[in-house]
Amino acid sequence: MGSNLAIRLRQNFGLATGIVLFCVVYLGYHLSHPKGFSSAVLVQNSNEVFTLAMVAMAQTVPVLMAGLDLSVGALMTMVDCFASYLMTGAAAGTPLAMDFIGIRLTFGTLPGGVPGLLLGMLICLGIGTLGGLLNGMVVVYGRIQPIIATLATGAIYIGVALHLRPQPGGKIDDDLNWALTNSLGEFASTVHIFDDGAASWFAPLAWIPTPFVLLALIALVVWVPFRRSVAGRTIYAIGSAEGAAYMSGLAIDRAKLIAFTLGGFFAGCGGVFLAIQTSSGNADIPQAGAYTLNSIAAVVIGGTSLLGGTGSAIGSIFGALILRVISFFFRIFDIAPLLQPLFEGLILLVAVSISAVRVLRIKNTLELFR
Amino acid sequence: MSALAGGLKLSREDRPIAIAALFLVAILIAGTVYTWVRFGSAPLLSPTYLLLQLQIGAFLGIVAAGMMVVILISQIDLSTPWTLTAAAMMATAVGGPWAIPIALGIGLAVGIVNGLGIAYLRVPSMIFTLGVNAVMRGLMVAHTGGFAPQTEATPLMRSLAAERTFGIPNALFVWIAVSVVIVLILRRAPLGRYIYAIGNKEAAAYLAGVQTRVVTVICFAICGLTAGIAGVLLAGYSQKAYQGMGDAYLLPAIAAVVIGGTNILGGRGRYLGTLIGVILIVLLNSVLSIMDMPEAGRQAIYGSVIILMLLVYGRSERVTS
Repeated sequence: MGSNLAIRLRQNFGLATGIVLFCVVYLGYHLSHPKGFSSAVLVQNSNEVFTLAMVAMAQTVPVLMAGLDLSVGALMTMVDCFASYLMTGAAAGTPLAMDFIGIRLTFGTLPGGVPGLLLGMLICLGIGTLGGLLNGMVVVYGRIQPIIATLATGAIYIGVALHLRPQPGGKIDDDLNWALTNSLGEFASTVHIFDDGAASWFAPLAWIPTPFVLLALIALVVWVPFRRSVAGRTIYAIGSAEGAAYMSGLAIDRAKLIAFTLGGFFAGCGGVFLAIQTSSGNADIPQAGAYTLNSIAAVVIGGTSLLGGTGSAIGSIFGALILRVISFFFRIFDIAPLLQPLFEGLILLVAVSISAVRVLRIKNTLELFR
Repeated sequence: MSALAGGLKLSREDRPIAIAALFLVAILIAGTVYTWVRFGSAPLLSPTYLLLQLQIGAFLGIVAAGMMVVILISQIDLSTPWTLTAAAMMATAVGGPWAIPIALGIGLAVGIVNGLGIAYLRVPSMIFTLGVNAVMRGLMVAHTGGFAPQTEATPLMRSLAAERTFGIPNALFVWIAVSVVIVLILRRAPLGRYIYAIGNKEAAAYLAGVQTRVVTVICFAICGLTAGIAGVLLAGYSQKAYQGMGDAYLLPAIAAVVIGGTNILGGRGRYLGTLIGVILIVLLNSVLSIMDMPEAGRQAIYGSVIILMLLVYGRSERVTS
């Protein structure tokens, strides 16, 4: 059993370092924060980290296949813009209509109230998933390299987002915003469960931030089963050696399609949450680009190899957490805002350069060229 | 179209270039038909207009030339936007006769740092250049205080970017000079052979005696240098340097290289293709702006065109063994 644990630890060395690093840094953050270890700080932090964590999970799946998805930020932004129309929670319902090249298309009416909100959220997640599927189809059937295929589809998604929201705007239902961006206690009192959150057994849990619970749920209910499925294992096999995976009779095309679709779903979750959090939709191109680039950084810091085959989306969550905690630190230590981008860049550079230790250990130079 | 290309017996490298050139002509014709029907004129075919487009295209073309060299060794340089901006900002800040040497020096230095990290520390280029980009951005934010710098481009920079000699924009001459150097390196110099060899299989190139790490550093230095040149020109063209001036050049440069038939995985591609890819993107942009296409439609069309062109000739082979 002990050696078993040692093997697992060695296999997940990147993830383990990520978790330890995060725990140390985050503990230090709370110790030096005047209101450290309070629910309010936790809630604020988990709100700030959720979208990046989702986008980083979305990025992980293609990276595991030695690909790269440059469209995650754009897809997230597109879903964010859709959500600002579909999740307004207007009591009278929302008519679904749009002008396309001068033609008015109507798709009926989204019901009002809670069913409408849930339906709208499902549609938004569906749009994200479809976007991922489109990425997968271009990569699999078009046989275009993922990095360049998603560069192109990303432009299309940004185009759609700009069409929907030329200016930032829209609205998200207030109750939904309140329920999902606060602690579990507020969630319970908003949706009227557990005696409006006053049930005695519920009290010890009431401080937990809702976004954190959502993140853990998505990771456990979506990622873990996927990783254990045949498609999930095929993804790892493709990343290690696509030729060998093909020769072993694995369904490569199907696995790739599923992988990109799953990535789209994660990006969709990020978009929906960003809309809920900001209560608006914004087709912000620089922001989309920043999310894409940060997602790559989070994936690498979380211990997933850009060469594919090793790592996990759980690691990427911790990568995103570390990235965000670093910026939290700037607030406490009163580092001049002007120096913050420099420190962020330097920390990223140092973090990725640590992997150079591998180079020193290599005895045969040929092993460098993998 | 593919039947035509097949009939001409084009090589694997020439086919994408021929099709991209055809596509270029198609865009010109479509744009001209549109302007003829709508305004009764054909500005796209007038030499003045085309020269103006080429002048604007020179900035992208120079960035793409450097990008192509790193893509050929199956790497990528994402630090271009802020390398370009840093070079432009320092050039305007220093001013005087040293403006341009400083800018080129910054480009070169950033390129060498990139190359060292990627060749010797073996950090994937995707993430290392991303980090360098963030650092350069941080340095520039700290330097300018987050505001647009008040300094102006020197007369020489302005002349290089915005003025004309014999009616031809000077920026075009710079682009041609950069192109000639890149073509000479790729086709005539041993360095060019090494670059293609590394792009195909670095281990094999190493065993054949190529100092692959040195070549990698040189390639990134070239890419940084071209970003520096583009920064000088862009600052000269708009009279000053500003935050985020390089952001609009990264993805189009990669797209231009790939549209021109260069394999994104390295080892294959001709410079002529990159040239055509740049002109195609610039012309596509100008046709869309003539059509008053809103930004939303532009982005969508831009993405669709890249996918469409790659579907025609950029498909990779199925991995079967």
